[in-house]
Amino acid sequence: MGLNSLYLKQERDAEWRAELRKKTKNKDRMLINRVSMPELEPEIRVNYQDREVNSGLTREMAMQEAIRCMDCANPTCIEGCPVSINIPKFIKNIERGEIQQAASVLKETSALPAVCGRVCPQEKQCEAQCFYVQKLNKPAVAIGHLERFAADYERENGEMSVPETAESNGIKVATVGSGPAALSFAGDMIKKGYDVTVFEALHEIGGVLKYGIPEFRLPNNIVDKELENLQKMGVHFETNFIVGRTASFDDLKEQGFQAFFIGSGAGLPRFMNIPGENYNGILSSNEYLTRVNLMGAQYDETDTPVLHGKRVAVVGGGNTAMDSVRTALRLGAEKAMIVYRRSEEEMPARIEEIKHAKEEGVEFHNLCNPLEYYGDEKGRVSGMKLIRMELGEPDASGRRRPVPMEGSEFEMDVDLVIVAVGVSPNPLVPSSLKELNVTKWGTIVVDENNMQSSIPEMFAGGDIVRGGATVILAMGDGRLAAEKMDHFLQEKYTVN
Amino acid sequence: MNKVVKKEFFSEKVVRLVVEAPLIARARKAGNFVILRVGEKGERIPLTIASADAEKGTIDLVAQVVGVSTSKLAELEPGDYITDLVGPLGKPTHIEKVGTILAAGGGVGVAPLLPIVEAFKKAGNRVITVLAARSKDLIILEDQMRQWSDELIVMTDDGSHGRQGLVTAGMEEILQREKVDECIVIGPAIMMKFAALLTEKYKVPTQASLNSIMVDGTGMCGACRVSVGGKTRFTCVDGPEFDAHHIDFDEMLMRLGGYREEEREALERYHLQHKLVEK
Repeated sequence: MGLNSLYLKQERDAEWRAELRKKTKNKDRMLINRVSMPELEPEIRVNYQDREVNSGLTREMAMQEAIRCMDCANPTCIEGCPVSINIPKFIKNIERGEIQQAASVLKETSALPAVCGRVCPQEKQCEAQCFYVQKLNKPAVAIGHLERFAADYERENGEMSVPETAESNGIKVATVGSGPAALSFAGDMIKKGYDVTVFEALHEIGGVLKYGIPEFRLPNNIVDKELENLQKMGVHFETNFIVGRTASFDDLKEQGFQAFFIGSGAGLPRFMNIPGENYNGILSSNEYLTRVNLMGAQYDETDTPVLHGKRVAVVGGGNTAMDSVRTALRLGAEKAMIVYRRSEEEMPARIEEIKHAKEEGVEFHNLCNPLEYYGDEKGRVSGMKLIRMELGEPDASGRRRPVPMEGSEFEMDVDLVIVAVGVSPNPLVPSSLKELNVTKWGTIVVDENNMQSSIPEMFAGGDIVRGGATVILAMGDGRLAAEKMDHFLQEKYTVN
Repeated sequence: MNKVVKKEFFSEKVVRLVVEAPLIARARKAGNFVILRVGEKGERIPLTIASADAEKGTIDLVAQVVGVSTSKLAELEPGDYITDLVGPLGKPTHIEKVGTILAAGGGVGVAPLLPIVEAFKKAGNRVITVLAARSKDLIILEDQMRQWSDELIVMTDDGSHGRQGLVTAGMEEILQREKVDECIVIGPAIMMKFAALLTEKYKVPTQASLNSIMVDGTGMCGACRVSVGGKTRFTCVDGPEFDAHHIDFDEMLMRLGGYREEEREALERYHLQHKLVEK
C-alpha cells in the first residue's frame, strides 16, 4: 500500500511548499524546541471523568511546531503511519496557516483524524520514523499533536469538509462491527463509490472508541462528529444488529450484499483463573469501562449501576489498565493501584498514559502478580494475595519473562479489582460461519497481503485478526481491506 | 426502536409484552434471549424470548418487575417503543427426540420454558411439565404449557392452586414413578439449585437456563461468568443453558447479588422521582 512516491514528489514540488522550504533555513528549524501539550492540572482533572486531560495546542503553538518539520525529500514518517497520512503536506499547511486544508489532507486517508490525534501511539509509529529521531537524536516533530490540532480546529471553526466520493457503483458491501477497523474500511469504500452499511451489535456506533476509551482521553462527542462525517458521505449505520444472528450472512447476501468486512474486535475478556476470581467486585476492564463510558453509570440519572471502590487494584500494564485505574480514581477511589507482573520498562501502555496516571496519584505495584482473592461474608472481594516477581530470560515476546520469587507472598486489602490482562477474539462471528478458518486462539485467518479470509467475499481486520492491538493498526487493516476488496469486486464484475 | 403492540399483566408484578421485531421473530430458536434498553438513560437487560410469531413479526417477552429497568419496561403501553432491542442471543436449546422430558419452571422462569417445551414436544418427546410459584396468581402460561405437555402438574407454596409444595416435590413424584431421559429447569437460582440436586440423585441429565447479570450480552463484558465443572464460562455466549449438575449455584446466587446495593438505591431514587411526578 502507501501513497506512491511520484504523487508525493508532485505534492512536495508544489510551488507553495517549495517557497515555504526556502523561507526558513533548516538549521533555524532545528533550533526550535518541541512543543509540549497543555494539560488540565492533575488535582482538577481527577474529579471529572468527562474532562479531557490533554487540552490541545493553540494555533500559535501548532504553527510554531509545524516550522520544525523540514519537509524531507524522503518523508520516512509516512512509512510509520498505518493509514499513510501525507504527513508533510498536512504539517506544511499548518505552517502556512491553512488549517482547513491541513484537515482535508488528513481526511484523504484517515476516517477518524481527531480520534487518531488523541489515541494513536505516535511515538511508536510516525514520530519514531521522523528525521529528528532517526538522524538528529532529537525529539520528533509532534505529528500527533498537530494532527489533533488540525482536526479539532476544523471541527470547532465552521463547516467540516466532507471528502469527495466517487459516483455510486451500486455495489452493496457491509461491515460487521463499527470500531476503528470497520469505520476506516467504510470511509474508504464509500469514497470508491460503494454502497456501505455498518452493522453494530451495541446500541451505539464506534465500538471500542465508545465503550472502551474513557472520555478524559477521547470524548464521545468527538467520535460522534467523525461518525457524522461518514454519514454525510453516505455510509449507512445499523445498530442493534448482530450479523450471523439477527440475520445470517446468507440473508444479507440475498439482500444484495456482495462482500463483508469483519471487524468485530477482541471482545472476550481474559481472566487469570485463580481462586476467588469470581467474587463480586472483581470484574473485567471491559465491563467496568463499558458501564462507565458507554452507559454513563457514574451519573445518578442513568439506570446502569457501577461498583465504587475505596481501594482499587487494576491488574495489567496496558492502556486499558491505565484507563481503568484512572477511571477508578475519578469515581472516588482513595487508593488506585496498578498491579503488573513485569517492570515499568516492559509496560505496553503508552508512556504518556503512565505519566498521566502517576501525576494523578496512581500507585504502581510492579513486579507483582495476584495469586488468590479473598471475599467477605457477602461474597464481595476484600483482599488479595500477591507474589513478587523478578525478570528472567526474554520470552517469545522479546520481553524478559517474569518469574515468581519463592516465599515473597504478601497480602493487600482491596474492595474492587479490575482485571485488564487482555482480551480474546469475539466468538460470535466465527461461530456463525462454520467454513471460516480461525486459529486456535479464535482469530480469523487472513492473507496478510489482502486481508481476505478463507471465504473469498469475507475480509477481516483489526483485533478479530490481530487478537488485541491498537486503533491505528486496526484502521490500517480497514484501509488495506478496502483497497483489496475493491480489486476483488471490480475483477468479479468485469469478468461477469 | 421496537414497537410494543400488546401488553397484559399475568399478575401485579409479571407483565407480558408483544413487541415488533420481525428479524428476531424469524431467527430466534427455543432458548435464545434478547437484550433491551428502555430510554436513552436506560440499562441493558437480558430477557428470554417466551414465544414468537414469525408471520406477524413479533416476539413475546415476559418480565417480572424487580428494579428500575423492569419497572420502566412494564410501564410501556401499546404504541410505545422499546429504545433498543437486540438478538437473538445465546445458544439455542439442544432439541432432539430422547424419550421422556421433565420440564420444571418456577415463577417467571415459566416464560422461557414455554418455547423449549413446545420444541421438545414437536420433536416427538413425551413431555411432563411441573409449574411452580408461591401462589395461584403467580402461576403463568398454564394453558399454553398444557397445550404442549402430555402431563402438567402445578405446585404452589400455599396450596392456592394445584398441589401444595415446592417444585421439587412435583418433580420427585415423576422421577419415582417413571424413567425420565432428560430434565430442564428454569426459575430462580435457588429453585434450580435444589431441582439439580434432586435430579442428580436420580441420575437424570439436567439442563438449567441461567439468568446472570449482563451488560452487552455478546461476550464482551464477562459480568455473566459462572463456574461450571470448575471452569469459568460466560452465560451469554457459552449458555444460557448448562449442565445443572456441574453449575456452582452458590457462587451464582452470590454473583446475582453483585449490584444489589446499587440497584436498591436506584429503585429508591426512581420511586422518589415517580412520587414527585405524580404530585
